[in-house]
Amino acid sequence: MIAKRIIPCLDVRAGKVTKGIQFLENVDVGDPAAMARYYYEQGADEIVFYDITASNERRGIMIDVVKAVARDIFIPFSVGGGLRTLDDMRAVLLAGAEKVSIDSGAVRNPQIIAEGARAFGSQCIVLSMQVKRGEPREGFPSGCEVVIDGGRTPTGRDALMWAREGERLGAGELCINSIDRDGTKAGYDLEVTRLISDSVSIPVIASGGAGEPIHLHEAFTAGAADAAIVASIVHYGEHPIPDLKRYLRGRGVEVRDTIAMERSAN
Amino acid sequence: MIAIVDYKAGNLTSVAHALDHLGHRCEITDRPDRIRAADRVIIPGVGAAGATMENLVALDLAGVLRDDVARAGKPFLGICIGIQVLFDHSAEDDQRCLGIIPGEVVRFPSSVDGRPLKVPQIGWNRVRQTRPHPIFDGVPDNTHFYFVNSFYPVPGDPAVTIATSDHGVTFTAAVARDNVIATQFHLEKSGAAGLRMLDNFCRLEI
Repeated sequence: MIAKRIIPCLDVRAGKVTKGIQFLENVDVGDPAAMARYYYEQGADEIVFYDITASNERRGIMIDVVKAVARDIFIPFSVGGGLRTLDDMRAVLLAGAEKVSIDSGAVRNPQIIAEGARAFGSQCIVLSMQVKRGEPREGFPSGCEVVIDGGRTPTGRDALMWAREGERLGAGELCINSIDRDGTKAGYDLEVTRLISDSVSIPVIASGGAGEPIHLHEAFTAGAADAAIVASIVHYGEHPIPDLKRYLRGRGVEVRDTIAMERSAN
Repeated sequence: MIAIVDYKAGNLTSVAHALDHLGHRCEITDRPDRIRAADRVIIPGVGAAGATMENLVALDLAGVLRDDVARAGKPFLGICIGIQVLFDHSAEDDQRCLGIIPGEVVRFPSSVDGRPLKVPQIGWNRVRQTRPHPIFDGVPDNTHFYFVNSFYPVPGDPAVTIATSDHGVTFTAAVARDNVIATQFHLEKSGAAGLRMLDNFCRLEI
């Protein structure tokens, strides 16, 4: 059986990690490659970099980050934030990322999902969607609307219908990021995560709201998620990844064991 | 020198980074003469069977891999699509493959016992070592490795299977026959366990 994945998310602005990790003494907490290395050694199953650079030089800087990370960690990692074209995706993948995460760019141009899947394979394409809960109304069977631009712009699309559309177009995974829960530490939006996970046949990643270990357990059981994004729950040292895994394993969730295995220098 | 076969698809640099990290010299190449001259050959990658075979044929590499690598006794490692193209035929794109190991490549069922199965399988799955092999040196049985696949090999001769895994069905996750070794999982993306197996391949005496 496939293990449930724990995926730390690092926000990168102009080549630097923005949410610092305060408890680390020997790691440059601003350096994305050093941070990735730290989480890799901690037993992260995958890492997501989210490029929040708001400038025109953004691309070159992030590509350098990706290249540095690719030399240093030997688990999959994905890059999202501002990817709009096939060339944007190609640059990130050739620099060594395993996957690209597309969000607003896919809402504005859904065909980019199909084009990306055709060019690089579905397994490379994560459709990430920010969803916001609203009053029940016609045309929104999930009760959640897809929003873009950090939640400021509604799209008129229902989360479930957009998820199905994304799968049909060729996305390999779906990341459901609850804007309502993001930063609250109140737990993932289990309802929409489960609804989508039960309705598609590709893996679903829960995102937004993890504050306690039990939130991960809920995401993997009640939420039927295949993976969960973690940010502040791990970034501030309260719940290191090995502790989260020990907790989940103790409650019967299949997670990956990490074992030191490299041959000693010889 | 280890040749990493460049067939114009997939992420080849990740295998090169892993070998660099382990201190093994390698070269990404599509040149038949470089592949013939290499001590060991790795065919890695992510991609579809159809495109992979088309590119191998267009680059004149299909015969080189079959005759000058596999049949010539050179240590040969296939990873992911690199295991699938070793067989006779793949259901993906209804593609004829290299025919180095007899067998077929088939798709995961879309449901098992009436319950839908997530395909592709993406993530970390346990690998059961069904036959001892030096490629597993230092790697505990049932270790997790990173998989991304919709298809898996069904060898004609079950004796070539050295490891299995479960995703709805029990499937062949690794094969070995003489100098040819291949894994469905990504050694270059499987953390310390994957690095250990890559290192084992680079040190294997065949």
